[in-house]
Amino acid sequence: MIEIKDLHKSYRMGSNSLHVLKGLNLSIKEGELVAIMGSSGSGKSTFLNILGMLDEADTGEYLLDGVPIKNLNETKAAKYRNKFLGFIFQSFNLINYKTAIENVALPLYYQKVNRKDRQEKALKYLEKVGLKQWADHLPSELSGGQKQRVAIARALAAEPKVLLADELTGALDSKTSYEIMELVQEINDEGKTILVVTHEPDIAQMCKRIVHLKDGVIVEDTFVEQVRASQYVQ
Amino acid sequence: MRFIFDRDTWQEIFGSIRKNKVRTIITIIGVLWGIFVYIALSGATKGLDNGFEKEFQGVANNSMFVWTQRTSIPYGGFKIGRAVQLKLGDIEDLQNKLPGIQFIAPRNVQGIFGGAPPQVSRGMKTGNYSVFGDYPIVDEISKKKIYEGGRFLNEMDMEKERRVCVIGERVRNDLFSKDEDPVGSYVKLNNVYLQVIGVYKKSENIDFEGDNSLMLPFTTYRKIFNTGENVGWMAIAAYNDVDVVRLESDVKKLLKKRHKVHPDDERAFGSFNLGEAFAKLFGFAKGLNFLSLFVGLATIIAGVVAIGNILLISVKERTRELGVRRALGATPAEVRGQILLESVFLTMVAGILGIIMGAVVLAILNVLTQGDGGFPYTNPTVAISYILGALFIMIVLGTLIGLIPAQRAVSIKPIDALREE
Ligand SMILES: Nc1ncnc2c1ncn2[C@@H]1O[C@H](COP(=O)(O)OP(=O)(O)OP(=O)(O)O)[C@@H](O)[C@H]1O
Ligand SMILES: [Mg+2]
Repeated sequence: MIEIKDLHKSYRMGSNSLHVLKGLNLSIKEGELVAIMGSSGSGKSTFLNILGMLDEADTGEYLLDGVPIKNLNETKAAKYRNKFLGFIFQSFNLINYKTAIENVALPLYYQKVNRKDRQEKALKYLEKVGLKQWADHLPSELSGGQKQRVAIARALAAEPKVLLADELTGALDSKTSYEIMELVQEINDEGKTILVVTHEPDIAQMCKRIVHLKDGVIVEDTFVEQVRASQYVQ
Repeated sequence: MRFIFDRDTWQEIFGSIRKNKVRTIITIIGVLWGIFVYIALSGATKGLDNGFEKEFQGVANNSMFVWTQRTSIPYGGFKIGRAVQLKLGDIEDLQNKLPGIQFIAPRNVQGIFGGAPPQVSRGMKTGNYSVFGDYPIVDEISKKKIYEGGRFLNEMDMEKERRVCVIGERVRNDLFSKDEDPVGSYVKLNNVYLQVIGVYKKSENIDFEGDNSLMLPFTTYRKIFNTGENVGWMAIAAYNDVDVVRLESDVKKLLKKRHKVHPDDERAFGSFNLGEAFAKLFGFAKGLNFLSLFVGLATIIAGVVAIGNILLISVKERTRELGVRRALGATPAEVRGQILLESVFLTMVAGILGIIMGAVVLAILNVLTQGDGGFPYTNPTVAISYILGALFIMIVLGTLIGLIPAQRAVSIKPIDALREE
């Protein structure tokens, strides 16, 4: 699903530049649930942003579902993001004046799906994350965990090939975090490829594979026995 | 194009407009005020314009009057202060020599320029009224509306020196009872019985005769008052394409020659040039019109710039939201289009509200100035082309000004827009 070869990225800061990613190689198959770990500043977000086509690598190859991602202009990148990728952010990033269902339907709007189908699909995914009865509530009326569920529903609504989550439990307490991870595992069980950036080892243990970044290189890449989040959730 | 007519596009726009009610209202007020000023001012100006026009309707507006006074320069053996007398011969000569003259009417009157109005009676009823001696042609210069059943003076009256007269409304009211038809009856003036042939309506406009006068054929008049070839003053109408000011001086030049008046004597002949007076009044109205156009446009532009400013602030506030939208797949064109449409839409709503408010104020003005307030103000309207023009300008300006925040909205990369603070 994802093929990364010798990926480099530096940030230019005035006269000197900061080499953040120093030649990453990674291959992720369909249906994997990958945790990306590493200390702060190790380049996790940078890497995820490149995968999400929000940022571009300096050199290296990136194949997404066999499609080379290279020299994208903004419009093309937007279309690819819309079609291939779902984002889940640490701070949810819901649009505050839209109801839950409107937020979930937004990527479908940019896919030019007609109104009726949009509503139907959005409701379906809200139901999937267990928030059907909250459909008409504004984000301000939802708890953190509920907001993140709406965000997950939104990421799923466009039916992307890959879900990218940057510290999706970073703003949640541990109980809520486990509930969210339970949902992530369920979605992964259905075959969706998911990448999760996290600081927390227990969250990483709930994935199937852990990739460790350090000083811009992958220092460890192990498949692990998945801990089911459901056992922590009552 | 599909984008503009898409219901979802508008839903997005309403969503973001509704989100910031205060912002939206403040924005709208700027443009609304501008268009309101524009509409109200240009409508009011138009009303003034119409008012002037109504005031002078029926008066040939390229006409003038010429009369005589006393000389102020001794000349040709005559002393200073000689009274000059216009004669019928002058009229003929002017008409022959000055091709710019369309109509020329010699006139006489008793009871206006010095001298008391003569007494007119009918049976036991009497009154004092001005009496005019006129050529029928005067009707071309200063139109009289005659009540049904009557007529104005004509050539036959002149030729036959008929003892007939046209009377004003007030004369009729004084000398006749309500249910009487004056036409065909007789009134007595200086022991002469005159048959009434018409009653003229009281004019709401500026005129000379008022409604308390009698108008007689020039020939009849001169017999009754013994004025011979004398002419009191003359009314002249020029052809439309003639420079009236020029004609005025030509007329005077010729008259000075005929009456042996020094060419530089400005006192001997008096004149009033309606054409010039009109030009001044209409020039004033035009000036007002221009001013209102200018003020209105300036205010509209200021309002639209304010919209641009506020949208720019709002785009900055919404940086993150727009980043999210782009992460979810909004293309730069879609984001730009949305901001642009917001700008145009806000401008239009404000504009239409302003037009409605302006129209209401004009309607109120119209009601207030209805009736005989004496103020020359009629039917204040704004040409539809002005309104469409204003709307068009607003769309163009709204688009142009919207381009700035729209460009700003897509100039930030989504990754920067999304970066957590
Ligand atoms: N736009 C940028 N310009 C300059 N430097 C940047 C930029 N974005 C990130 N960096 C730097 O790149 C390095 C990697 O940043 P990144 O956000 O990828 O780290 P991270 O692993 O996600 O850290 P954290 O766990 O704190 O989120 C950091 O040193 C950061 O300061
Ligand atoms: Mg990070």
